[in-house]
Amino acid sequence: MFKKRQGPNVVGPFGLLQSLADALKYMFKEIIIPASSNKIIFILAPIVTMTLALIAWAVIPFGEDQVLSNINVGILYIFAVSSLGVYGIIMGGWASNSKYPFLGSIRSAAQMVSYEVSIGIIIINVLLCTGSLNLNDIVIAQQEMWFVIPLFPMFVIFFISALAETNRPPFDLPEAEAELVAGYQTEYSGMMYAMFWLGEYANILLMCALGSILFLGGWLSPIDLYPFNLIPGAIWLIFKILFLFILFALVKAIVPRYRYDQLMRLGWKIFLPLSLTYVVLTASYLFYFNLLPTI
Amino acid sequence: MIAHSIFFYVFSIIAVVSAIMVTVSKNTVHSVFFLILDFISISCLFIMIGAEFLGMIMLIVYVGAVAVLFLFVVMMLNVAQQKNQWFVSATSSEHIPVGLIISTLIFFELIIVIGGWKYKSDLFNSNNLNIISEVSNTHSLGQVLYTDYIHVFQISGMILLIAMIGAIVLTFRQREGVKKQSYIKQISRERSEGVEVLEVPFNQGVNIDD
Repeated sequence: MFKKRQGPNVVGPFGLLQSLADALKYMFKEIIIPASSNKIIFILAPIVTMTLALIAWAVIPFGEDQVLSNINVGILYIFAVSSLGVYGIIMGGWASNSKYPFLGSIRSAAQMVSYEVSIGIIIINVLLCTGSLNLNDIVIAQQEMWFVIPLFPMFVIFFISALAETNRPPFDLPEAEAELVAGYQTEYSGMMYAMFWLGEYANILLMCALGSILFLGGWLSPIDLYPFNLIPGAIWLIFKILFLFILFALVKAIVPRYRYDQLMRLGWKIFLPLSLTYVVLTASYLFYFNLLPTI
Repeated sequence: MIAHSIFFYVFSIIAVVSAIMVTVSKNTVHSVFFLILDFISISCLFIMIGAEFLGMIMLIVYVGAVAVLFLFVVMMLNVAQQKNQWFVSATSSEHIPVGLIISTLIFFELIIVIGGWKYKSDLFNSNNLNIISEVSNTHSLGQVLYTDYIHVFQISGMILLIAMIGAIVLTFRQREGVKKQSYIKQISRERSEGVEVLEVPFNQGVNIDD
């Protein structure tokens, strides 16, 4: 079922230092700026992608009070920052002044905008159960039961939407090699290209962190018993993030790429009605059994 | 407090300068990017006065959705060239009087609104709103919006729905000769139906469309 490939295994033990070697290589490569490109926006695009991928981590809680800024609207902040992520890609595609990057960036922007809608509605489902926009409160509300159990269909849809939102396979149409060379990154080289990739992977990790906070209980330990309580919350959160990241990697190895119209159909005609119906279901369940959270 | 005012001036200067640049810059795509910068700095100002929910919604709705559509339209339609032609050609002076009339109208309306706030302080009595200061911004907004102003809220939702339907009706057109795929048919295809061997009658051919 998986493709078995040796991969880089020469640099360091098991090839673990390969990524460091790659980073070093990118740093010493020449940055080529196309003559017909819009230079300021061309340089700005990878910086925007990278910055936006990193600033969202400011509100991710790694423990009861291990959070950089514990703001009231944490989940909205993450949602806003991830919706700004489109701009790095559009700017890169437009400023390259070339056909493939432009087509790739248009595809990517349309894809991200449409999957954000369903992610937003899935977040509403979780917020109905917690009654707070604060990420720490969301985690604490899961002390009795992780939201993955009552909201399991939403977790599945969130996972698939996160794949599409971060342009991972099987939804990596913006970078479909066979159609668009490398999408919006075609004209980039050296450290700027590396920054696009770093931003993309930081975004994937952020989506994994968001998934583990919303559904898998964040920094809570799976069993609230003596030996497990001693392990700090940050380690549990990192374990959950890694678990979701491994799922992302598995999907990449298993599933073939979607066609673009099928991708749009999946987002608008299947995920959106499904998650909206689940909002009605959750709200009526909570209302009927008087479980709605109070202030 | 000093830091607060420094941040306020930085954000407001960025907002005003980028608002000016929206209208001044030659390249239309640059205008949209300055508009986005304007939105972001205004949402920062919202957050600074404590309206964190409004600031975030401003970012999500305007920057995350509306401005993306602006960018799409501007990039796809190549408005930059048209704009240049308008300014260069001799007929451009026709637009100036209309623009002047509209902008003076907006200017006077703004003056009336601001004057109303200034000289009639009880125009909008905020004591009617039962704002509880202990709860967060989002909770208090919800408590006002879904109790006292529920009808206004519902009406605004209806207006948005009508606008959406109108946009769909205006842009929808039935195209002739579009081939559509049936997903159920594609998925339920069996291996045995994959290849079909047909006797082809001479000089007539067979119809393989389905």
